[in-house]
Amino acid sequence: MAKKTIRTIPQERTAMPVQEPRERVCNFSEVALGYSVANALNEAERCILCPQQPCVEGCPVQIDIPGFIQKICVQNFRGAYDVLTEANLLPAICGRVCPQESQCEQVCVVGDHLEPVAIGRLERFVGDMAVSEGWANEPEFDPNGRRVAIVGAGPAGIACAADMAKAGCEVVIYEALHRPGGVLSYGIPEFRLPNAIVDDEFGKVIQLGVTVECNTLVGRLFTIEELRDELGFDAVFIGTGAGYPSFMGIPGESLNGVLSANEFLTRCNLMQAGEFPRKDTPLHMGRKVAVIGSGNTAMDAMRVSLRLGAEEVHCLYRRTRTESPARVEEVDHAEEEGVTFHWLTAPVEILDDGDSNVRALRCIRMELGEPDQSGRRRPVPIEGSEYEFEADMVIYAIGTNANPIMGQTSNLELNKWGYIEADEQQRTSLAGVFAGGDIVTGGATVILAMGAGRRAARSMKAFLGILDPREMAVSDADRPRIFGIDARQRNYRRVRDAA
Amino acid sequence: MYDIVTREDFSGSTFLLEVKHPLLAKAAKPGQFVIVMSQADGERIPLTIADFSVDRGTVTLVIQAVGKTTVEMQQRCVAGSPLYAMVGPMGIPSHISESGKVVCVGGGLGVAPVFPQARAFKDRGAYVIGVIGFRSKDLIFWQDRFEKVCDELIICTDDGSAGIKGLVTDGIHMAIDKHPDIQEVVAIGPPVMMKSCAETTRAREIKTTVSLNPIMVDGTGMCGGCRVSVGGEMRFCCVDGPDFDGHQVDFDELMRRLARFREDERVALERWGRSDSCHLGLAEPAIE
Repeated sequence: MAKKTIRTIPQERTAMPVQEPRERVCNFSEVALGYSVANALNEAERCILCPQQPCVEGCPVQIDIPGFIQKICVQNFRGAYDVLTEANLLPAICGRVCPQESQCEQVCVVGDHLEPVAIGRLERFVGDMAVSEGWANEPEFDPNGRRVAIVGAGPAGIACAADMAKAGCEVVIYEALHRPGGVLSYGIPEFRLPNAIVDDEFGKVIQLGVTVECNTLVGRLFTIEELRDELGFDAVFIGTGAGYPSFMGIPGESLNGVLSANEFLTRCNLMQAGEFPRKDTPLHMGRKVAVIGSGNTAMDAMRVSLRLGAEEVHCLYRRTRTESPARVEEVDHAEEEGVTFHWLTAPVEILDDGDSNVRALRCIRMELGEPDQSGRRRPVPIEGSEYEFEADMVIYAIGTNANPIMGQTSNLELNKWGYIEADEQQRTSLAGVFAGGDIVTGGATVILAMGAGRRAARSMKAFLGILDPREMAVSDADRPRIFGIDARQRNYRRVRDAA
Repeated sequence: MYDIVTREDFSGSTFLLEVKHPLLAKAAKPGQFVIVMSQADGERIPLTIADFSVDRGTVTLVIQAVGKTTVEMQQRCVAGSPLYAMVGPMGIPSHISESGKVVCVGGGLGVAPVFPQARAFKDRGAYVIGVIGFRSKDLIFWQDRFEKVCDELIICTDDGSAGIKGLVTDGIHMAIDKHPDIQEVVAIGPPVMMKSCAETTRAREIKTTVSLNPIMVDGTGMCGGCRVSVGGEMRFCCVDGPDFDGHQVDFDELMRRLARFREDERVALERWGRSDSCHLGLAEPAIE
């Protein structure tokens, strides 16, 4: 095979087929339809198999990206799935929700000259094929008798659980809601991540022998310390998420019709309030919706609003489109669907209709001043620029604070913002207790949480004395024996005990 | 699934469910609540824990049938049938202080959840005065339970058919007049009742704790639907409460927020009342 170069590969990035905006805004079906086989083969050809492989380092869970793309090139799709699932059991989910443009695709060598390889779309292509073909990879492992508790069935917890189960541990995930998935279930809407995909890929984690206990509020039903000291778990991972939505503290936030994006999305996604009164949970959708904030959550809330019949949806953000923390694609999609963006605009008061409902917002125009600590230019109000803006529903999507339950119920050390203090190996102040995801970092992304879950799993294995088989570079043929014990047992503790 | 082991009806709209959940029964403390889903498509509704028994491995809930979910539960939930979901105990447990003399006030549905607090105060050695209010004599429940844990029990009825004729605030006045050394009042009931209780004690500067029950979804701090104003600060009832200083709570705001979905609730109840799954043939909404 001739060596591929920037000149020989397809120059154009393969476009993602999407539902037309006018059509999709009337349904909850997926917006991005996914690559066809022809699309995928074309895009896979764009990977030049560079020797540096910066994309692997750019991936929070270090997927062998050139490896799986190479399998696509030779039409070995099952092989591509095998390579992907070595690092990530949830390719169909991550292919959809990872911010690839700031991770693997950002450092792609092809991207120096052309559009980078569409790694995320290829990952989703393989993941979707696995879902439709019913592929599953159940790695062989020997139970090692160790018990691991995972608190929170979101991305961090699922990633940690999968790795610990593959290492041979008995894993129990505790989830407070009645459905597992965390933000994948309650937060990200159907048209961006179908529940069927979440269920299927989460099902593969269950197939590893992981137990999920829903309706279990750890901290209150039993504490972290009790899990470790009384319920017989050798290690605990906390991945409870940030989950305490922020408001601004401006007048009128208690009016009816003002809600957090978390509440709005939970009602719609988890509780299916869009089907009220056929389903029991109400929402009371507004006609003219104002969403404050411009992150991915804001985009989700706005696009759900449109699909639930809002006549107008407005995005209010105090900086500009350039500073918007949402993925470029999400902002584009929202705009195509009819969201009106009000950049450099901040609300100062929510006004009522005399009957405790929202009637309007009083806003102020902003301009960008000097850069702040985050490097973004600080928005400064323009004096005398206040104006009223009609709205009957206001949704806050300006981030979250630390959920206080873990701090209230355990002796875990917290940082000054209330998040759990954890080191770079995800170890907390309590021995055997690890934490990762939004409850450590504050609101971030699904894949960063999964990366933290996997890092936690690695240090959990070290803590439990379980040697990672992939880190044992020993061929089966000349497997050494340590203290007369077969090294395949991969377990320091048993070696230690025997010694 | 969580099995209902006992059901008891206190009136045409108020009923008790005792639900098997040994772990929850062991963990529960006075003042905490649970979130219940009666069925898979159901709403998540917060209910204050009215009693818990480690021996029986059960948690007791007292429910008033006011909306579609609770009316349907009244119809469907019988001993032996399951609840789809029950999670808890949620919220910060009530602070059972060292107060020597306390008044525990319960009105209507609040009578049940104030019981564990009265019992906890009694166990701590406090002198406990119970004030419980009902509309009339035949709606009275748990008088025997309260008598066991209260040094004095004042029953108030709207029509005077039992105890004193008047509201729980009249009962509080009676108690305060008789015992000038009352150090604390705990009041649980409808917001309007808790508001009047707080007003009654404000002038005398008696510490008054109330237990709020706003609209919630998850109950773990994630949605913020349960936010209340306490002393001008926004607090989330589910994780910062549910107990707050009654003199600091903005009850008017709470009542407005509780009416958030009133129209939707009416629609849901009427629709369900007409459906085949409703066995009552509701001609009139069951809302009182």
